[in-house]
This record gives sequence, structure tokens and C-alpha cells, in this order.
Amino acid sequence: MTTEQHDSSVYEQIRATDRFQELRRRYRSWAFPMTVAFLVWYLLYVVLSAFARDFMAIKVLGNINVALIFGLLQFVSTFYISWAYSRHSAAKLDPLADELRGEIEKVDK
Amino acid sequence: MSHTTLATVLFLLFVVGTLAITFWASRQNKTAADYYAGGRAFSAAQNGLAIGGDYMSAASFLGIAGLIALYGYDGFLYSIGFLVAWLVALLLVAELMRNSGKYTMADVLAFRMSPRPVRTAAGVSTIVVSIFYLLAQMVGAGALVGLLLGITSDSGKALTIVGVGILMIVYVVVGGMKGTTWVQIVKAVLLMGGATLVTLLVLGKYGFNLSGLMGEAAAQSGKGDAFNQPGLRYGTEAQGIWGKFDLISLGLALVLGTAGLPHILIRFYTVPTAKDARKSVLWGIGIIGTFYLLTLVLGFGAAAMVGSEAIRTENAAGNTAAPQLALAIGEAIFGEVGGTILLAVIAAVAFATILAVVAGLTLASSSSFAHDLYAHVFKRGNVTEKQEILVARVSAFVIGAVAIGLGILAQAQNVAFLVALAFAIAASGNLPAILYSLFWKRFNTAGAVASIYGGLISALVLVIFSPVVSGRPTSLIKDMDFHWFPMENPGLFSIPIGFLCGYLATRMSKEYNESKYAEMEVRSLTGVGAEKASTH
Repeated sequence: MTTEQHDSSVYEQIRATDRFQELRRRYRSWAFPMTVAFLVWYLLYVVLSAFARDFMAIKVLGNINVALIFGLLQFVSTFYISWAYSRHSAAKLDPLADELRGEIEKVDK
Repeated sequence: MSHTTLATVLFLLFVVGTLAITFWASRQNKTAADYYAGGRAFSAAQNGLAIGGDYMSAASFLGIAGLIALYGYDGFLYSIGFLVAWLVALLLVAELMRNSGKYTMADVLAFRMSPRPVRTAAGVSTIVVSIFYLLAQMVGAGALVGLLLGITSDSGKALTIVGVGILMIVYVVVGGMKGTTWVQIVKAVLLMGGATLVTLLVLGKYGFNLSGLMGEAAAQSGKGDAFNQPGLRYGTEAQGIWGKFDLISLGLALVLGTAGLPHILIRFYTVPTAKDARKSVLWGIGIIGTFYLLTLVLGFGAAAMVGSEAIRTENAAGNTAAPQLALAIGEAIFGEVGGTILLAVIAAVAFATILAVVAGLTLASSSSFAHDLYAHVFKRGNVTEKQEILVARVSAFVIGAVAIGLGILAQAQNVAFLVALAFAIAASGNLPAILYSLFWKRFNTAGAVASIYGGLISALVLVIFSPVVSGRPTSLIKDMDFHWFPMENPGLFSIPIGFLCGYLATRMSKEYNESKYAEMEVRSLTGVGAEKASTH
């Protein structure tokens, strides 16, 4: 079990580095607020479906009403957030993560 | 040739094809990583299709199309919850889990906790969620054969369930994750193809005018504009305020349940890296989102062309709306033969769907039994890979047999609540533990155990005392009334209870492993030390 302890202390050192903290910050500062945002946006839709039916029933174009548009916008926002996250990861997270991993694995050997 | 003969032939073709793939895959099943995780060698696109295959269950395909056909807009609410839920998986769970786990959900929890209590809890909840989900699919299979394959006798239905059960056991026992994944891929392609075809035909008939289709559906339903608005099925005015909270409870369970479903979580392990896990979820979101847009058209199309009367006559829950629509649109465009062929195609696809999903669930639950409970709890890690895989195969066999038995016994039961319950338990029991474990430094063994059991038990207890089980004409037990919980879905209470139990128990226990959390954080974000793909 000694190897494990040795490894762990190495991990603690890595975690304390500025670059790892930067990676962690870049991930969390994007993913957490976005999670709150899409959950609020989704729950708003559910709550309106339950309590604001007159509003949801307003017809916008032919038989297309607010409820349908709101629902389809949930699809649009889901697709958009997925795309934005993959862009964010590719640009801000992957290069830094790859760099750190490369260095740690070199030290391991 | 009748549609039942043709559907049977097409379905048998699917079975033969997927069995061939399964046996081919089994020749490459050498290590535990092969059996549990398909050697981690699937590409992101392949796994994305398999995610779609695992997720688009009979409940999604037949159930949602049927709900929309009968209740209009309210069926669409389900689709939206099921889709948005994937953002939780994408942003918070998929990559970090791929980097810090190995074969099961419990691997992530056990990383920095005392392994035995945590694996026991996670193994139990994995098996409970999977069995509920599995049961719903099995019962659905029995209910559908009447229309799809022309089998109406009880013994005939029971035989069908046995047949489905045996096939799923073969897929899992022989093919492991590799075989099962290929079954999901084939099924996803067939399902998307079938649904797209019928959707295009329906849209074509209405001149690609969605508003016109909705107008016709509303007129045929006899409900008028209300058909295109929320409120015919969930939180109706007659159900009062609790009905509205029930709708919110359902919405919450749907959006938070997905990232706690064991058969979905183990999909993230089948690709080489966390980056591929991310990409496969992106593929999955694209496929699943498109699919739910198709079901919207299928549902409105069935309401407009088949009519709710004809659907209800065939199946009161609306589960046969999509196949009935295939028959109607086929006849309207290609004549009688065309209708027969299209119905047969959709019927065969529906069966392929059920079969693939039950295989995925059986794999998830038997893996957790073998890896978490047998290898780590009972044997404290003193097992060889060979023994562990043998136990996984035997438990797949046992779980399959249990599902067959329960499926036959539960034939007469309403199945929708089983799926919603599986989601509620996954959201209450599994998700809090996963999120705390990935993100909260202070989280510990007591917290993990408390959040899993707290969420699991509160969800189960609330359902037992809900109107789903007793007190209403539609309840499971019709002659008794011991319900005191006013809602059908427990999520609004049981999900916060799961989070709260985890928080309080963590605070009350002093234990926590600082250095293991550091290791987990570094590993989960950088991919250091993540399980590698096998090469052969």
C-alpha cells in the first residue's frame, strides 16, 4: 500500500499547481453556471406548462402555439449547449488537460 | 402474406443477424474489460448510436407516440425531459466518470470511500433500477404481440416473453458488452430509419405543414385546441393543485434520472478516452433529439389519421399508435400491400427495440452484481478475472430468468409507472451520490451510503403509498386504499431527500480521504491513469 500513498501525495502536489487549478476553474466556471441555466430554463417550461396554460395556449402561427414553440426551443437550447460545450472543451480544456497528463505520465515513468 | 407473417420474418432476420454479430463478438471476449466494457474500443460515433439504442426504449418509441396520439401536447413533455436530461450527463458526468471508473457506477463511488458499504449500496440500487426498467419492457413486449404478431392468448403472450427473455440472455451471456453494443447499434439504425420513413410519409401527406397536421389531429381527437396545449393528461384541472405538482415532479425525475441510469452510465466506459465519451454523448444527443422530433410527428399523425377511438380500442394506453399509423399511412399512399409492409417493418423495429433495451439492462445489472457485490463485497477482491466474468454470465442468466417470471406475472399491470419509477429512483438514489462524489471534496462513505439508501427507499415508500398502488380505479391494487401520498411520481420529494441525506450524513461523519480526492480530481480532469482501451 506504500505505492498508493506515494501516488496520492504526487496527486496532491499536482492539484496544488497553478495550471491544474486553472484547468479546474475553466471546467467548473463553464459547466456549473450552464447547468444551473439549463435546469432553470427547463423548469420554467415545466412550471409554465403546469400553471400558465392560458399563456401556453396563445396561438402564434396557425395551430402553432406558445407551448409548442417553447418545447421546440428546449430542443434548440439543448443542441446549442451541447455544441458550445464541445467547442469550449476543445479550445480551453483539452489542450491543458493533455499537457498536464503528458507531464504526469512522463514523471511516472 | 399477412402483416404478422411478414413482421415475424423481418424480426427473425433481425434476430439471426444480431445473433451472428453476438457470436462473432464473443470470439474476441477475452478479458473482463472486453466483457464489461467492450474492450473500450468502440468509436464515439458507434457508442453514440448505441447510447441512442439503449435509451430509445419501447417506452420512448411506442409510449410517447401513443401519449401524443391520445393526449396531444402532454406526450411531448416526456420527450423534452428525456432529451434535456442528456445535458446533465454531458456537462457533469460522462467524461469524469470515464476517467475515474472502470466497469460500473460503483467504481466511481468506491474510488475514495470505504469500498464494501458503498459498493453494496450502489449494487443494490443498480439492480433495483434495472429490474423496474426491465420489467416495464418485458410487460410491454407481452402487451404488443397481440397487434404486432397476431398472438392474443395469454399462453402465447407468456411464450413471447420467454422467447424475448432467452434471446436477451444469449446476447448478454455470449456477447458481453461488445455483442450488446452491436445489437444497440443495429437497432438504433433500424429504429431511426423506420421512424424517419413514416414521419416523411406523414409530413408529405400534409404538405409538410405542421400546423395543418396539428389542426387535423386536434379536430379528429374531439378535444379541439386543448389537444395542442398542455393539460389533458398531466396536472389536469380536475386533479387540482397536487396534479400540477405531480407534473413538476415527473419533469424533475425525467431530467435528473438519465444521468443515474446504470445501463446508460456504463456506456461511457466502452470508448478509449474521455474525449470520446464526450463525443459519443454529442452523437447520442443528436440522434435522440432527432428521434423525439420524429415521434412528435408520429403522435400527431396517429391522432389525425388513425383517430383516438381506433387507437384506444387496440390498446387503451396508446402503445400501438405508431404501428397503427404505419398501416394507415402505408395504405393511404401505397395501397393495401404497402400498408401491410410498413406495419410489418415498424412492428419488427418495435420488437428489435424492446429486445435491445432489455439486453442493455441485463448487462448493466449483472455486471454490477458480479463486479460490485460478488467480487468486491462477498470475496473482498480475491477473485480472478475469469471467475468474475463467469459470475457475471451466471447472474445475467438469473436476472434474465427473474425478468421473464416477473414479466409474465405482471402481464395485466400498467407499465408506464414502472419506467417513471425507475427514473425517479435513479434520480433520487444514484445521481446525488454520483455528483457529490465527483465534485464535493468533503463527501464520504456515510454520505454515499445515506444518499443512495435515502433516495432509493424514500422513492419506493412514496410510490407504495401513492395512488399508483392503491385507492383509484387505475391502481395496481383496486380493492384497497392505503394511499396517503397525493402524487404519482415521488421525484419532487425523494430527489431532495436523496441529496439531503447525503449532505447530512457527510457532515455528521468525520471521515474523509483528502489525498484520494486529490487523486480523483486530477485523474477525472486530466485522464491520468484512466483505463486504457484493449488492443487485439
